[in-house]
Amino acid sequence: MARKKSRMSTEVSTGSMADIAFLLLIFFLVTTTIASDKGILNILPPKQDPNVPPPDIKKNERNIFNILVNANDQLLVEGEYLDNTESLSDDVKAFILNFGIPDSEYAELYNGLPATLKAKSNKDPSSSDHPGEAVVSIKTNRGTSYERYLEVLDQVKRAYFEIYAERVGITADQYRALTGKSASEKDLQDRGKEGIPMAISIAEPDKIGS
Amino acid sequence: MGKFKKKTKAEISIPTSALPDIIFMLLFFFMVTTVLREQDLLVEQKLPQATQLQKLEKKSLISYLFVGKPKNVSLYGSEPRIQANDVLINTKDIVLWVNQEKDKLGEAERDQITISMKADREVKMGPISDIQFELREADARKLMYASTGKVEN
Repeated sequence: MARKKSRMSTEVSTGSMADIAFLLLIFFLVTTTIASDKGILNILPPKQDPNVPPPDIKKNERNIFNILVNANDQLLVEGEYLDNTESLSDDVKAFILNFGIPDSEYAELYNGLPATLKAKSNKDPSSSDHPGEAVVSIKTNRGTSYERYLEVLDQVKRAYFEIYAERVGITADQYRALTGKSASEKDLQDRGKEGIPMAISIAEPDKIGS
Repeated sequence: MGKFKKKTKAEISIPTSALPDIIFMLLFFFMVTTVLREQDLLVEQKLPQATQLQKLEKKSLISYLFVGKPKNVSLYGSEPRIQANDVLINTKDIVLWVNQEKDKLGEAERDQITISMKADREVKMGPISDIQFELREADARKLMYASTGKVEN
């Protein structure tokens, strides 16, 4: 009884398959946001014990590279007014690699540097003693914009990464992409930063003038 | 000079029978890579640009904090607020939130928690430094300033 109908062709037409797939494809193309977990890494200092007074660090003024940003996003770098951050990373590099008064350990490190980095050393007695002592200090105001702060931090990090990368003979982009998962990558990372710690001090922003 | 006309005309037609397969392949690629946004953003998000970006390897260790001006100004005001998960929280709730996030991780990974701070570029340093202070209190010291890439010139 149920078989009364004459059999028609039972093939499913596949001609519109591409159209359906296209439709779905376009939907995913539009909704997709390829997750970007990229950014600038920063390690915060450990929390302060209220019972212990903050340690009194004696550091020579010449070993600190001061960057001040005020509430109007204006820059004061080592006591000089700067319009933009373009030359900042070069200044930072020159400061880190100054080698004013290197001790024996850092004199050795200096000798191991490639010639291009050696050329950056000014041996200026009023700048940093050696990379192990050099600290870059960034101080902002509570009214400074986050964008400006990140721009400054970006430039300082860039100076360090370029030094690291140049030491091991790769580009800064390649150096930053190192994950340290394999032994050879870890070795490259360690050789790059050995003896030159990324010492960036981010001071508590002050409240005045915001 | 009939030299160039010697070839017999062959039938030129691109076979389209493999087209659905190619399209399906693309479709699957996008289906796999797509991350449908799980959270509704309650704050404005225009990430700042930077050049020295690093990528984090372990996604499971990352927790996100969104900072920015609330979208619904009439309800939440125009001052920058912090969004964690699906709600707006106050600065002093951060420690609690970090501890909740840490509980989701395994015992061994707890101290490796990384906070990815997605802050709007319009935010001032005041709220940012308050957040950093709370994160120090909560002992979540790995912080990432999420930003988008900038083309260097």
